[in-house]
Amino acid sequence: MGKSSDIKLITDGKRIDGRKPNELRPVKIKAGVLERADGSAYVEVGGTHAIAAVYGPRTLHPRHLVNAQKAVLRTKYDMAPFSVDDRKRPGPDRRSIEISKVTREALEPVIFLEQYKKTGIDVFIEILQSDGGTRVAGITAASVALADAGIAMRDLVAACAAGKVDDTVVLDLCGKEDNFGQADMPIAYAPNEDKITLLQMDGDFTEEEFETALKYALDGTKRIYELQKKALKERYEKNE
Amino acid sequence: MNKIIPELVRNSVIGSIKEGKRLDGRAFDEYRPIEIEIGDLGKAEGSARVKIGNTRVECGVKIGEGEPYPDSPDEGILTVNAELVPMASPYFQPGPPDERAIELARVVDRGIRESKSIELKKLCITPEELVKVVYIDAYVLDYDGNYIDAAAFAAVNALQHTEIPEFGKLPVVKKPISNTFAKIGDAIVLDPSLEEESVMDARLTVTIEDNGHVCAMQKGGSGYFTADEIKNCIKTAKRKTKEIRKLVK
Repeated sequence: MGKSSDIKLITDGKRIDGRKPNELRPVKIKAGVLERADGSAYVEVGGTHAIAAVYGPRTLHPRHLVNAQKAVLRTKYDMAPFSVDDRKRPGPDRRSIEISKVTREALEPVIFLEQYKKTGIDVFIEILQSDGGTRVAGITAASVALADAGIAMRDLVAACAAGKVDDTVVLDLCGKEDNFGQADMPIAYAPNEDKITLLQMDGDFTEEEFETALKYALDGTKRIYELQKKALKERYEKNE
Repeated sequence: MNKIIPELVRNSVIGSIKEGKRLDGRAFDEYRPIEIEIGDLGKAEGSARVKIGNTRVECGVKIGEGEPYPDSPDEGILTVNAELVPMASPYFQPGPPDERAIELARVVDRGIRESKSIELKKLCITPEELVKVVYIDAYVLDYDGNYIDAAAFAAVNALQHTEIPEFGKLPVVKKPISNTFAKIGDAIVLDPSLEEESVMDARLTVTIEDNGHVCAMQKGGSGYFTADEIKNCIKTAKRKTKEIRKLVK
């Protein structure tokens, strides 16, 4: 977690942006936002803006990566240099390489990869504006983009974080809460399948705090899941 | 990696676990034997070698000096790096750290950082100008499963014995212990062996602080966990950590 500070993050039971502990920021999801990609989606969670694109199933290069039993899923998470307060140097760093890995592992459990033998499926996630919870916004977007690409899936994956600020367990940390809070735990969840496909945590949780945070996060993902389905339905209605 | 493991091994690991047994005879929540050797690397300010079963990790701590980060002008800097060196396994390739090595380093880093194991404020020389930099490098030299716990434990042991010339002992106040579980079918086993890792569906690392709080977690692998499975892993980790922490030299 970030630096300890004197910033008060909870006043009279309200968070710095006025939310209750178990309240999400406003979430906006749109499917099919890019012309060329096979599937795409745009997600806003408060001040965090993410866009995801899917290419494939398509011929996989380099050829030695080809798996005869299933498709190879590749994910790339990237933060735009202008997405943060101090310009980020473009290109992958250690953080984004790790996030790309856990994002792939969050999506793999719900994709019928065995239906697309010997191919590659590429998922690209760009964070255009960052205000906390970028990896989970990216996963939420990627999941919708995969569905938009018509890739066979067992379920959608919805993601959000829970954490702790001023000794209170909260849902969906904003940037300030992430920086000055006490714990952050991003979760990705496939509600219909009851699968937790991503779990990371850093900070300080007692066992009880963890269980509350997990409950908040699973509730949060279920709300986001409904918005994902709505976004996909809207996309189809428009195409008719 | 799965391609190389013969179907036979796969079937025997899974078959055995279904009958409630592990191939090497361990209980589901049992570590392999843990060996620790401290400080035989003279050029490092601190070092430790940890073996968990046949997995061997060499961890060196080097101390340097540098400019502090602008958002923590009065704190020393901690950096953790990990290398999966090619001598350790036929699955490791020469070259810069790949995503596995980066994940390993970041999981070890989070355990030490989030437990506030090192008193970084005591490493400030001149605020905004000069601080001590703690470099932790974990080298996986022999990989026979569960390099995460071996590397994290080697780091914790090495830090305990780090002496900075003309400064004194590195101020270390916590011993975060990581516990890595593998999910194989419906079973969950602690400290997976190489065979178990090669057939596991998913992996979960839970790092526990001295006071029993959770300070870091990381799920890996292309499978999933249920909420109850994660809760049980935390309970097991809290219990096992008490034994493991006693081994710290």
